[in-house]
Amino acid sequence: MDQLILASGESSAPNPLVPNITEMIVVLLGFLVLLFIVVKFVVPMFEKTFAERAEAIEGGIAKAEKAQAEATAALEEYKQQLTDARTEANRIREEARAEGAQILAELKEKAAAEAARLTEQAHAQIEAERQAAVVSLRSEVGSLATTLAGRIVGESLEDDARAGRVVDRFLADLETQSAGVAQ
Amino acid sequence: MHLPAILPWGAADGFSKQMLLVILSVVIIAAFFVAAARKGQLVPGKLQFAGESAYGFVRNGIAKDIIGGNDFIKYVPLLFSLFFFILVNNIYGAVPVLQLPSFSHVGGAYVLAALVYFTWIVIGVKKNGLKYFKLAVVPSGVPWYILPIVIPIEIISNFVVRPVTHSLRLFATMLAGHLIVMIAGSGIDFLLAQENWLLKGTSVLVLAGAVAMYMLEALIMVLQAYVFTLLTAIYIEGALHADSH
Repeated sequence: MDQLILASGESSAPNPLVPNITEMIVVLLGFLVLLFIVVKFVVPMFEKTFAERAEAIEGGIAKAEKAQAEATAALEEYKQQLTDARTEANRIREEARAEGAQILAELKEKAAAEAARLTEQAHAQIEAERQAAVVSLRSEVGSLATTLAGRIVGESLEDDARAGRVVDRFLADLETQSAGVAQ
Repeated sequence: MHLPAILPWGAADGFSKQMLLVILSVVIIAAFFVAAARKGQLVPGKLQFAGESAYGFVRNGIAKDIIGGNDFIKYVPLLFSLFFFILVNNIYGAVPVLQLPSFSHVGGAYVLAALVYFTWIVIGVKKNGLKYFKLAVVPSGVPWYILPIVIPIEIISNFVVRPVTHSLRLFATMLAGHLIVMIAGSGIDFLLAQENWLLKGTSVLVLAGAVAMYMLEALIMVLQAYVFTLLTAIYIEGALHADSH
């Protein structure tokens, strides 16, 4: 070793702690070049990728949350609408039922009134016809009976006063009889 | 401790293998990470995923965990460059043929440690003003009569010893590993050249030991890159939050 050092012309033993200046310069320049490349290209590119990735993930989460919120809101709205529609349908059904009942009642009333009217009319007509019949019968029965009695008795019952009395009596009897029958 | 140069070949001083390897490391790291980061797809491919994992290791595992806050991102480029620059230059020692960790030559370690030293001092002064030096050397909550002892210790440990240990730790571990592998290699060579077969046979033991040391060395190469970067982050954090220490 000593011979080698002597051969290379160095007078003292090499101290490993004494640096070689050229090496220092090379290391310094090499490191600064590397640092420049790292500052200028490597770190910005990696950081950009990291930021984009974080944004993509967070953006995706935000988007999903928004969609979730929208879906919930839509569901609420549909539920609300469904409830409204049900209430509306119930209301309409109730109204229709009430209306139907009212119409039915009105019709019944009208029919009853009509029936009453017809009955009344019929009663009046019957009464009138009866009266007419009574009047016509009274005169007809009187003359027929007089004629018949005159023929049977053979005497003239043309005497109006007497005939009138007889007829009246007869009719009174008749009425009494018919009243008894009616009872 | 300097190999003969390769340009001009064999000269005592000139462009050495170590310098070539340092330049190569810059090319390797820049090419790999630019290629990995360039596409910037939301769903990364294999290359991009590897790059992102490596970047995320320094970004989240060191910068975010140690420095924290909202502006840790400012220091990520420095920490990231340091970690991979040191890592690749250390791993050279485990690569056959290359077999030379760049920081087994002390110059590179001095440069990086000095760079970090000035960086954290500048950060501290920018953040706290000139009061930073007081904050850095006068610990709060210490009785006044102990201060005469504590202040010199703090000055020495923070401003004198710190950059020295920072650089020598890296350099010494790399040099030691390099030497051990070298010595084991020469030892095997020497033992194999012996006439005595028993002595020849013992070279197998040395070989087994050398393989074990090689594995340990590979671990230390990664570990030292991490330690250097971690300490840098701790120094920067200390400078940023000097008032709360």
